[in-house]
Amino acid sequence: MIELTVNGATHRVDVDPATPLLYVLRNELALNGAKFGCGMGQCGACTVLVDDRPVFSCLYPVSSTAGRRVRTVEGFGTPEKPGPLQQAFIDRQAVQCGYCIAGMIVRAQALLERVAHPTEQQIREHMNPNLCRCGTHMRILDAIRAVAATGELHRAGEKGPAS
Amino acid sequence: MRWRRTGYVAGAVLLAGVIVFAAIAWQPAIPPVKSPDIAITPELVSKGRTVVALGDCAVCHSPEGHPAFSGGLGLRTPFGVIYTTNITPDVETGIGAWSLDAFMRAMRHGVSRDGHLLYPAFPYIHYTKVTDDDLRAAYAYLMTQPAVHAPAPRNDLPLPLRFRPALAVWNLLYLRPGAAPALDASPRERGRYLVEGLGHCSSCHTALGIIGGESGRYLGGGDVDGWHAPALDVLAHAPRPWTVEQLSAYLTTGLASEHGASAGPMRPVTDNLGDVPPEDVHAIATYLMTIQTSQPPTAPKAGAVADASQLARGHALFDGVCATCHGDGGPMETQLGRPPLAASSALQGPTPRNAIMMVLQGIPWPSHPKPTAYMPAFADNLTDDQIADLVVYLRSTTSQPPWPDVRDEVRRARKDLSHD
Amino acid sequence: MTTDRDEPVSRSRRAFLAGGGLMVSFALFGSLRVSAGQENTLGATILNPKLPGDLKIEPMLDAWIRIDASGVTVCSGKVELGTGVRTALWQVAADQLALPLERFRFVTADTALTPDEGYTAGSHTMADGGTAIFHAAAQVRAMLVDAAARKLAVPPERLVLENGVIKAPDGRQLTYEDAAAGLDLHRMATETSPPSDPSAYRYIGKSVPRVDILAKVTGGAAYVQDMRPDGMLHARVVRPPNHGATLVSADVDAVSRMPGVVRVVHDGDYLAVVARGEWQAVLAMRALQASARWRQTETFPDNATIHDVLKTLPRLDYVTTRQGVDGEVHQAAPVANAAPAAASTGARVERVEATKQYVLHGSIGPSCALAVWRDGILTVWTHSQGVFPLRAGIAGLLGLPKEQVRCVHVEGSGCYGHNGADDVAADAALLAHRMPGAPIRVQWMRDQEAGWEPLGPAMETSLEVATDADGALTAWRHALWSTPHNERITNPGRLLPAWLVSQSIAPSPPSPIPQPEGDADRNAVPLYRVPDVRVDMHFVTQMPFRTSAMRSLGAHINVVTIEAMMDRLAAAHGKDPVAYRLAQLDDPRAKAVIQRAAEAFGWTANPALPPNRGVGFAFARYKNLMGYCAIALEVEVDPDRRAVRVDRVVTAVDCGQIVNPDGLTNQIEGGIVQSSSWTLYEQVRIGAVGVESVDWQSYPILRFPQVPARIDVHMIDQPGMPFLGAAEIAQGPTAAALVSAVAQATGRRLLRLPLVPHLWP
Ligand code: FES
Ligand code: FES
Repeated sequence: MIELTVNGATHRVDVDPATPLLYVLRNELALNGAKFGCGMGQCGACTVLVDDRPVFSCLYPVSSTAGRRVRTVEGFGTPEKPGPLQQAFIDRQAVQCGYCIAGMIVRAQALLERVAHPTEQQIREHMNPNLCRCGTHMRILDAIRAVAATGELHRAGEKGPAS
Repeated sequence: MRWRRTGYVAGAVLLAGVIVFAAIAWQPAIPPVKSPDIAITPELVSKGRTVVALGDCAVCHSPEGHPAFSGGLGLRTPFGVIYTTNITPDVETGIGAWSLDAFMRAMRHGVSRDGHLLYPAFPYIHYTKVTDDDLRAAYAYLMTQPAVHAPAPRNDLPLPLRFRPALAVWNLLYLRPGAAPALDASPRERGRYLVEGLGHCSSCHTALGIIGGESGRYLGGGDVDGWHAPALDVLAHAPRPWTVEQLSAYLTTGLASEHGASAGPMRPVTDNLGDVPPEDVHAIATYLMTIQTSQPPTAPKAGAVADASQLARGHALFDGVCATCHGDGGPMETQLGRPPLAASSALQGPTPRNAIMMVLQGIPWPSHPKPTAYMPAFADNLTDDQIADLVVYLRSTTSQPPWPDVRDEVRRARKDLSHD
Repeated sequence: MTTDRDEPVSRSRRAFLAGGGLMVSFALFGSLRVSAGQENTLGATILNPKLPGDLKIEPMLDAWIRIDASGVTVCSGKVELGTGVRTALWQVAADQLALPLERFRFVTADTALTPDEGYTAGSHTMADGGTAIFHAAAQVRAMLVDAAARKLAVPPERLVLENGVIKAPDGRQLTYEDAAAGLDLHRMATETSPPSDPSAYRYIGKSVPRVDILAKVTGGAAYVQDMRPDGMLHARVVRPPNHGATLVSADVDAVSRMPGVVRVVHDGDYLAVVARGEWQAVLAMRALQASARWRQTETFPDNATIHDVLKTLPRLDYVTTRQGVDGEVHQAAPVANAAPAAASTGARVERVEATKQYVLHGSIGPSCALAVWRDGILTVWTHSQGVFPLRAGIAGLLGLPKEQVRCVHVEGSGCYGHNGADDVAADAALLAHRMPGAPIRVQWMRDQEAGWEPLGPAMETSLEVATDADGALTAWRHALWSTPHNERITNPGRLLPAWLVSQSIAPSPPSPIPQPEGDADRNAVPLYRVPDVRVDMHFVTQMPFRTSAMRSLGAHINVVTIEAMMDRLAAAHGKDPVAYRLAQLDDPRAKAVIQRAAEAFGWTANPALPPNRGVGFAFARYKNLMGYCAIALEVEVDPDRRAVRVDRVVTAVDCGQIVNPDGLTNQIEGGIVQSSSWTLYEQVRIGAVGVESVDWQSYPILRFPQVPARIDVHMIDQPGMPFLGAAEIAQGPTAAALVSAVAQATGRRLLRLPLVPHLWP
């Protein structure tokens, strides 16, 4: 049995400890946000936050979550009350097929929590690990910029350049 | 970003007294010029492009996110951060007012046009060996690049080290000015010239002494940015001995089919060498294969054989996070022609450092889309213990003896990284 | 072709319809089929060629709109592929029915429930599907009003439709359901519909928020990947390393004993594992793959030689278009090679040749499907573009009658054409059929998607054009070499698993999509004024790699070729490229988008540009039938970093009447970004072991840092004009404008795609 905390709730799952977190989130916890895209850390569709850092859940052993906080796009808001990035993505229709989008929102969240008002270049560099095949990039950037302008996701006291 | 290793001035040297060395430290300014003071021809520019690529100038002077050659890369040294400067022909902030003489003096003696001494992070102790012709071509090439107004950020060094004349002492110790041209046209000679001069290989692949001068066995291996720059004089004694062909392929494409992909600080170097004439890379490889030691290096101390439970944990982690790419019969081997992981230099080497760094840092995407060897960084995905388990397991899949102290080495490597 | 209407409708469809009290009898169409019966380019059969849009293939109103006590249901055989078209179709239905969006159900592509509109492809969805709904809804609305008028004893013109009720002047009102009681919607649609007033539209022309986005951004179940029915098992397939490889051995027994493994399927060269857990399935798949030994039977060309090889392969040579001086058009007449353009005129002749490498659709989510064989019905949930052809293919593969197979569309990751969706659905069907009762979910791995999806074809074009002294075009000779752009399911052998099983079925021979839509020759016919046009197709029929439809088909390279020619001719005659194009066009809508784009970009004849910068301009009307698109853009090249940065893109488009402006802009932006990636970077690496691009490091595509700094989309609305598709109109012009801008920035006019690896090999 492995215990993990996802979006504030603690779960116990009976899986092989080396199972990538992605499969546990999707199948054991029935969370749809993180997607399988490549399983190789090359596309970012599976991005989730672990202790506020964006990670590829397809390459994250579930056993590594011990004592850490996992957050997925489901934790950022609900259909009734979407979070700031979710709302910005809806408002700007920053979706085509949408398959990449949950991963995009999660990665952007990590940046905006850490950096209040990132520059355009910081945003683009930060988003580099995530691929979109539909070409929705202009709108994704636009949605991120809109939330960046408000600084509302920024966590006070956490400063530092984008990596 | 950060860089690498450099020569540095130790505090002790400073104490040696400024006055005494004032005379040797003083260098005159060279008058500014309005435009390049040589005839610039397309042939010269094109040759200069190769020289600049062989000199790896772009690695430091064209950092990601900055216009080409406009500098601004922070080089992390044990003493503080030194920023690379603008070498575009901008008059105010670049080298637009530099005559060829000023350029040559900087390359040969580490002296800026206005007379101040440059930090030896700039490898003039190697560039000094470059021929006049090559320097002239490099000058022509740089002077024809778009000028960019980009003042260098202020170096972040403690006060004593900001006192540049003290560098004269360092130069006395380490700088042997003067060109060292190839003696003949053989690939070996051409290779020697490139390795010693433009390529400045030894600035990473030779161990540094306390004040940052190269003091270990020449090309006997060094440390840079947390990675181990392997000894280049024992390549013939590797478990799978290197050949000129493998080395050329590695240097040109960043991938050797029997040894794996270039990574860490070597990655930008192989990116650059992809741009130079293949004969030059072949010459470098040829030369390096002629300086191999006759005796195999003494085997490093082996560690204890890992216990079965650690190997099992490592194996399980491998299945979870590595095998999609590196598993037997996986596409990486069948379609991409990559060597099995067990054959990679990082796992065959004398210390676990590079295997650990590889897991922590991976191989980043190139700055522009091109076929490449990419590997995600696992620093945020795996704990130190997991990385140790994984690395111990991976080493056990090779025919090499176990490494000692892998767990401590992981901790040290991660600490080196956290300074970034 | 296997699409046919003789089969009785499936049982579940009957059940649904019976419930609604509106019976359909397809026997009615027997006579119509005889007179019409042609298949359209999307694989659907035309029953009444006179009707608008897809009413041609499904003329009965109740196939589209059903009204019963439970409410109004609108059905479409088209599917959402990530273009927002579901919302757009819904908008059209809502306005034409005068019914708020949320007041009716909207059902898409389910072989048991909806009309068979063939494939959702080729930017036809709004043009055909939207038009059908537009008319069906208007006709049903009129029938409802008439019925209500009778029931209320009020003249129909005095009734008002408001919020889903029909109101009489005296305040009495009827719901649509009440009005429809006793009304038989099982009627043939008419050729014309009662007019509607565009100024009264509440949805059409408005940026109605897409109905699918909320779930997609909050982690709702939005994709076939997200389905988890009770008792679901996870399957993974093991594919040969390349086409033609045959299985020598595999350790089925060992893998069968692995934890969680329920079944290992080994049938000929077909290998798959079924396990309880998904991760267990992955581990079993890897073990099976590692144990498998294959014999390679084919040799493969490489990237450097593929275009020469194409010319040596068996092929059909024919003229797709011959437009004589008399203006007559002769199509598909078999001839030998065309005489050079100069032969007919003796005037100035320019020649342009272009090549393109194989490209991947490269969906971000690998293909996935779910199937269950239960109670005599095999149900397949699929992100296929065409559930009806897929049903026929799967039925044929498994030897089942069609009525025992039901295919239901559920969204997947964007496909951009014929990717692995159908093949993985066949995998799921094949496995589910062997394991009755258990829902089987199959998802491909990244390397399987890359290695086994049908590729976008490698192509070569050659264009010769003669002009007179003023630059007027006098003769046009376009030749092209390509493998098929349409290997859709015309027989079960077109489904990949069918080749691998021991009872294998070969794919039916390829046949090109004819003009005016075109295949490799899509957009090969110029819209520019030229009296003498000939397009020669060299259609390669036996090929080393499977290829099929990918957005814009041949238009991508043909527009590059044509527009490079126009640039060259403009230069040869000392004209500005934009002015030159305008002078060679008659179509006012074409001219309008060109003028608008040029103006918005600030196009000047000879801009003073810093070194390494270039601007480019291009235009096309997709298929010469669909949306118009003109693009101006600016690039900067960095030879040291071997990089091309797209700076600013300005485009003007005319897609007829705009249904959803924001949705349209989104599509155009997406097309520009996607085409930039194709044009600058993308090529499938091929070599000794076949496809050597298996992931994003071996098939690099554009990433965030390379996305253009700005894209401005200018839309020209045409209220009352037909809807024209948009999702593919920007691909060709983007590519052509990039070629032109890069040529200016580098001084090298490169017509080998992708540009970046050819600029700096
Ligand atoms: S699925 Fe994890 S990075 Fe692609
Ligand atoms: S929206 Fe389809 S992949 Fe990004």
